[in-house]
Amino acid sequence: MTNNTLANDALPSGNMSTGQLEDLHKYLLGIADNSLILGQRLGELCGHGPSLETDIALTNISLDLFGQVRSYFQYAAQIIADDKVTEDSLAFLRIEREYRNVLLVEQPNTDFGYTIARQFFFDAFHFLFLKELENSKDETLAAIAKKSIKEVSYHWRFSSDWIKRLGDGTQESHDRIQEAVNDLWMYTDELFHQTDADKEMIAQGIGVDTLAIKKSYYKMITEVLEEATLAIPESKYWHKGGKQGIHSEHMGYILSDMQYMQRTYPNMEW
Amino acid sequence: MSKKNWPLWEVFVRSKNGLEHRHCGSLHAADAEMAMSNARDVYTRRSEGVSIWVVESSNILASNPENNGEMFEPAADKVYRHPTFYDLPDEVKHM
Repeated sequence: MTNNTLANDALPSGNMSTGQLEDLHKYLLGIADNSLILGQRLGELCGHGPSLETDIALTNISLDLFGQVRSYFQYAAQIIADDKVTEDSLAFLRIEREYRNVLLVEQPNTDFGYTIARQFFFDAFHFLFLKELENSKDETLAAIAKKSIKEVSYHWRFSSDWIKRLGDGTQESHDRIQEAVNDLWMYTDELFHQTDADKEMIAQGIGVDTLAIKKSYYKMITEVLEEATLAIPESKYWHKGGKQGIHSEHMGYILSDMQYMQRTYPNMEW
Repeated sequence: MSKKNWPLWEVFVRSKNGLEHRHCGSLHAADAEMAMSNARDVYTRRSEGVSIWVVESSNILASNPENNGEMFEPAADKVYRHPTFYDLPDEVKHM
């Protein structure tokens, strides 16, 4: 485990009140949980990808995401005055309601089309989000964003490339990716929702104003969908709840898989 | 579902300290762009390289092992073709 060596007083969080620190803590979990759960979903495909090459590509993305999650969790554990909270406890020992990821990332792999569509919808957001987070007043967050954005640029290239290949491929690949896009579309709006902690962090110049990147987001994905000869879904019905801890029925299964080891053999290490 | 595979591609990677690209393996891809991206994911994920070449395997003409006799054996018994009969001065290094 590498430790974040920044001294507390070197961080803007050093001057924060307890309430503000709690908001920052929640904010960090909100960002990290998206990558954690998506990484776990992609990890399920290890050894099960449609081809050796795509299998490795998807698990590479998964490992990139876990690496980013560790940075956020280490920071989140550091600013909370409770020694029992560590990066591992944050990842493995919370209950379902305490995870703050959006519903999109917990949706099942179903098939390659769904896996790619989910990734595509998330990557566009993730890229625009990190680009703004690079300007955060919180230096640790800005540094994490700067490091992560190279990885996420590649994720976006990978998923948008596959959207085009599948959409503009055979009739079958076109129909199936269109179905996945249509089904997952209703989870995209939640990416921009702001919790109270989010709003507090935005006001402080630490967080990203997601509403300000929403327009660019839909433009970014629309351009790719059009190039892929896919129809843009018209539905204006949006699912939400993950950011408040109200998850879909899939979440419990993900956590029981992910947390199995730590729950069965508490404190085990390897 | 069709059992047809994507074409095979050969991957050459230049490592950070290496001067030349070296063959490191092969993979399947639908086209050159996908081959490049697959090569990045399959062969450089542990930072093995800083540059990649991919070439479709069917573009490589390989020598036929059946012709090994006429191709390579004539070279085997001609020691005078090896520069091993010279005394090198000590000052000459790295020969």
